[in-house]
Amino acid sequence: MTGARAWERALVVAALALACALPFALSGFRAFQFTQVGIYAIALLGLNILTGYNGQISLGHGAFYAIGAYTTAIMLDKWNVPYGLTIPVAGLVCLVAGFLFGIPALRLEGLYLALATFALALAVPQILKYFEHWTGGSQGIVLSRPEAPAGLTLTPDQWLYFMTLGVLVVLFVLSANLLRGRTGRAIVAIRDNPIAAQAMGVNTALYKSLTFGVSAAYTGVAGALSAVAVAFVAPDTFNVFLSITLLVGIVVGGLASISGAIFGALFIQFVPNWAQDISKAAPWAIYGIFLIVFMYTMPRGIAGSLKLVLNRLARASGGAGGPV
Amino acid sequence: MKVHGVQARGKEEIMTRRRIVTLALVAALGLAVPTSPVSAETPGVTGTEIRIGHTNPYSGNASAYGTIGKVIAAYFTKVNGEGGINGRKINFITYDDGYSPPKTVEMVRRLVEQDQVAFLFNTLGTPTNSAIHKYVNAQKIPHLFVATGATKWGDPQHFPWTMGWQPNYQTEGHIYARYVLKNVPNARIGILYQNDDYGKDYVKGFKDGLGDAAKKLIVMEQTYETSDPTIDSQIVNLKNSGANVFFNVTIPKYAAQAIKKSAEIGWKPLHLLNNVSNSVGAVLKPAGFQNSKDIVSTFYLKDPTDPTWKDDQGYRDWLAFMKKYYPEGDLADLGNVFGYTAAQGLVHVLKQCGDNLSRENIMKQAASIKNLSLPMLLPGIKVNTSPTDFYPIEQEQLAKFDGERWVLFGEIYDAGKK
Repeated sequence: MTGARAWERALVVAALALACALPFALSGFRAFQFTQVGIYAIALLGLNILTGYNGQISLGHGAFYAIGAYTTAIMLDKWNVPYGLTIPVAGLVCLVAGFLFGIPALRLEGLYLALATFALALAVPQILKYFEHWTGGSQGIVLSRPEAPAGLTLTPDQWLYFMTLGVLVVLFVLSANLLRGRTGRAIVAIRDNPIAAQAMGVNTALYKSLTFGVSAAYTGVAGALSAVAVAFVAPDTFNVFLSITLLVGIVVGGLASISGAIFGALFIQFVPNWAQDISKAAPWAIYGIFLIVFMYTMPRGIAGSLKLVLNRLARASGGAGGPV
Repeated sequence: MKVHGVQARGKEEIMTRRRIVTLALVAALGLAVPTSPVSAETPGVTGTEIRIGHTNPYSGNASAYGTIGKVIAAYFTKVNGEGGINGRKINFITYDDGYSPPKTVEMVRRLVEQDQVAFLFNTLGTPTNSAIHKYVNAQKIPHLFVATGATKWGDPQHFPWTMGWQPNYQTEGHIYARYVLKNVPNARIGILYQNDDYGKDYVKGFKDGLGDAAKKLIVMEQTYETSDPTIDSQIVNLKNSGANVFFNVTIPKYAAQAIKKSAEIGWKPLHLLNNVSNSVGAVLKPAGFQNSKDIVSTFYLKDPTDPTWKDDQGYRDWLAFMKKYYPEGDLADLGNVFGYTAAQGLVHVLKQCGDNLSRENIMKQAASIKNLSLPMLLPGIKVNTSPTDFYPIEQEQLAKFDGERWVLFGEIYDAGKK
C-alpha cells in the first residue's frame, strides 16, 4: 500500500515536471492544444466530483461552462476588468447557479436528473442569444488574447498555458483535500447508500446541493479560462455536444478519480483529431471504435487501469526489495 | 558587445574560415534558388505545390454545409489532374470544426503553424470566422472568400487580410430597396425581421438603399425571436398598418408561417422574401404554392434544379464535373454550386499571381479581380474587387415565383454602384 503511494507521488512529481517543460519544447500551436487539455481537465474534475463521487448524473455541464465563459467575456468586453479577476468571479457565479439548480434537482434521481440537466444544456445557447445586448447574440463576443505580464519573457501561448496549469494545480489540490476528508466521505456515502448516509447524520440535501455548486464552479472556471484562451465566445460553442463530450471524458478518464480528469481531457482533446487524420470520411465512426476499445480494455477508465498497474508494480518491487 | 569583439579578434582564423563556409552556403543557395523561386518566402509554396487551408463543419448541427468542402476538394482534384496552376499542384487541407469556434481556432492554428499553409480559403460560418478574424490578420495570412453572408468581412481598412465572397445581407437589402423605389410609386413598407445581427444587417442595407425616403416609406417594423412559436400577431399588425410592401427577413420556418398567415388574413402586399428562405422545398412548398405566388426574391447562382439551364454550357460542365469527380454529391444541393464557383474564383486569383505567390501578392491579386465571369453565376453577374472593395459578388437578380418555380426577371442589380 505504501509502495503504491510512493509510486503515485513519484508519478505526480514527474508529471508536473513534464508539464512545466512542455511549452518550451513545443510549438505555439501545441502549447495551445495542451492549454485546452488543462481547461478540459478542470471541467472534467468538476463533473467528476458530481457524477463520479456523488453519483448525480449531469448531461448539462456545458451550460455551466457557458455561464463561466460568458461571465468572463462580458466583464472583459463591457467593463474592461483584468482577466485574472474575472476567473474567480466566473467560478463564484457558477457556484451560485449550480447550488440553485441543485435544490430542485434534489427531487430527481439518476436518469431523471440526467434529463433535467440535459434540458439545461439545450436551453442555455438559446438564452444566450436572447440577451443580445450583453452576449452579442449569435455573433458572440470577440476578445483580445492576453500578453504575458511585463517582466516574463513568455509568448502569449506559453503564458496562457502556465496560467491554466497554475489554476489547475490549485483546484486539483483543493479537490483532493475536500474529497479525502470528512466531506468527501459524506459525498461518497450519499452515492453508495443515501439512506445509510442519512442515518449516519449526513445532511444529504445540503451536501447534494453543495456538491452541485462546487462542481458547477469548477466547470465555470474552465469555461472562463477557455474564453480567455480562445478569445471568442458564441452560443454555438456551448451546444449539447459539449456536455456529452464532458461526460465521455470522465468515464474514459476514470469515474471517481482525480487524475482521471487529466486522462479524460487528453482523450477528448486528441482522439477526435486522430480520428479525423485516420479517416476524413467517417471520423466519428473511428472515434466510436476508440471509445468502445477503451471501454472494453479499461472498464474502470484510464485512471483505474493505471492504479491497477501501479499496485502490481509496488507489489513486485516490494517482493524484490525484501531479500536485500 | 565588447567582450564579444575581443573574442572574435582572438579567433580571427576561425572567423575567416566561417566566412568562407557562409559564402559557400550562400552560393549553394543561390544555385538552388532558381529551381524553386519562392519557396524561401511563403510557407506552403514550393515549385510544385501550393498548400491551402480550409475548415468546414463535416459533423454537428451545421454538417449540411459539409458538402461545400467536399466539392471544393473535388474541384482541386480536377485542377491538379489537368496540370495544376502554373505547374503547381494544389494541396487542399481541410479539417472538421463541427461549427464550434474553439475548434476552428485550434484547426486554423494547426493549418497555419503546423501544416504551414500559404493561406486560408472559404472557411465556413459566421461565428467560426469571427473567432479567427483577429488571429489571421495579426499573422498576416490571406483569409480569402469566407463562406458567410455577414457584412463585416469586407473591411480592408481594419482587416486587410480577410475577404468575403457571396453577396452579403446588406447588399441584398440594398437591392430590394432599389427595386421598391423604382417600381412601387406609393410604397408603404412593413418589415418583419429576426431580432439579431442577421436581421439587422438586412434592414440596415434596406434603409441605406432607400436613403432619405426610408423614414417616410417605412410605416412599421416588427421583430421576432427565434424562441417565438409563431409570428402571427406580427403579420396581423403589419396588415393593419396599411403596408402594401412586405419585406420579410426571416429564416425558413418563420418565412413559411408568414406566407401562410398573410394569405389566411387576405393581406396581399408586394412580398419581398430574403434569399435565406427562398428554397422551394423548405419554404414555399410547406407554405403552399398558391399562397407563394408572386413573391419576389434574389438569386446570384444558377439553381441546378431550374430547367432554364438544361442546355446551358456552364450547367452542363458542372454536371459533368459532378459526375466524374464527386459522384456521391447531391445534384439538387445549391452548396455544390456554391463551392464549385468559389473554387473557380480562387483558381483565377492564383493564375493571376503568376510565379509570385507571396502572401502580399496573393492578397493584392485577390483585391484586383476585374469583371470576372464564372460559369455558374447568373449571366451578367461579375466578380469585382479593388483595394477598397473586399466584397467580390455584389450583384443579384430578382425572381418572381410563378406558382411552381422561380422565374428570373429584370436587370442585374449592382449594389456596388451607387
